[in-house]
Amino acid sequence: MVKWSDFERAAIQDIFSKIDYDVVGSAALSRCLIVYPWTQRYFGSFGNLYNAAAITSNPKVAAHGKVIMAGLEKALKNMDDIKTTYKDLSVLHSEKLQVDPDNFNLLGDCLTIVVAGQLGAAFTPEVQGAFQKFLAVVVASLRKQYH
Amino acid sequence: MTSLTAKDKDTVKAFWGKISPKAAAIGADALVRMLSVYPQTKTYFSHWKDMSPGSAPVKKHGATVMAGVADAVAKIDDLTAGLLNLSELHAFKLRVDPANFKILAHNILVVLAISFPKDFTPEVHVAMDKFLAAVALALSEKYR
Repeated sequence: MVKWSDFERAAIQDIFSKIDYDVVGSAALSRCLIVYPWTQRYFGSFGNLYNAAAITSNPKVAAHGKVIMAGLEKALKNMDDIKTTYKDLSVLHSEKLQVDPDNFNLLGDCLTIVVAGQLGAAFTPEVQGAFQKFLAVVVASLRKQYH
Repeated sequence: MTSLTAKDKDTVKAFWGKISPKAAAIGADALVRMLSVYPQTKTYFSHWKDMSPGSAPVKKHGATVMAGVADAVAKIDDLTAGLLNLSELHAFKLRVDPANFKILAHNILVVLAISFPKDFTPEVHVAMDKFLAAVALALSEKYR
């Protein structure tokens, strides 16, 4: 069981209450596809991903950014048992989507950077620590059903 | 991984020109975040009396690290040769596990995102990520 301090709980809830879901999901996924281009292998049906401008303005990328944020919100609402909450998502990613789980860390890093950009100085080292811990638990839960 | 293209180098040099006045502060903030979010990195600084944000050793070391990055920008066309002495320092004296270079790089990028929200575009992000990875590789050169 993951133990969350009062500070961590509050910080994580606070982050999600402040960020613009539509902007963050899309921006993080775009950065992931731009900064780590091999991640594009999972998005063959998304059409034009040829350059940064195309990726940033691609409507399928934006739509999928929202899907990702909805998934994160599930974890946010069930912080004390993300592992169980994510069981089906984990099976989906391993058996159907067949995503190399190392990619979860890449998207996580991009989420951290985008959230940092949105929150500015409010994204203190302590808040960053809480957010990265949350992402680490999310990633570990997504990895759980890989065999 | 991949080597820096001409476009990468131009992007890095142009962005560095914008951020270099704040380099020392960026270095200090990145170090603070690294020590706080990745506590295992504190093991390299047991000789510091004070590791808190704003402390003298952290500020000084942040400036030292960013001076090294500035040097790397100047020597961007041949990082392996340009950073030879620094590589020997890290390999034989400091013996920092190279995995930590990636950790510090991540925290530098977080600070850049906070300090330069408009300039730290995805294009700049990928160029800087590649550049810091290339610097890490050059620093690892003399390890074995």
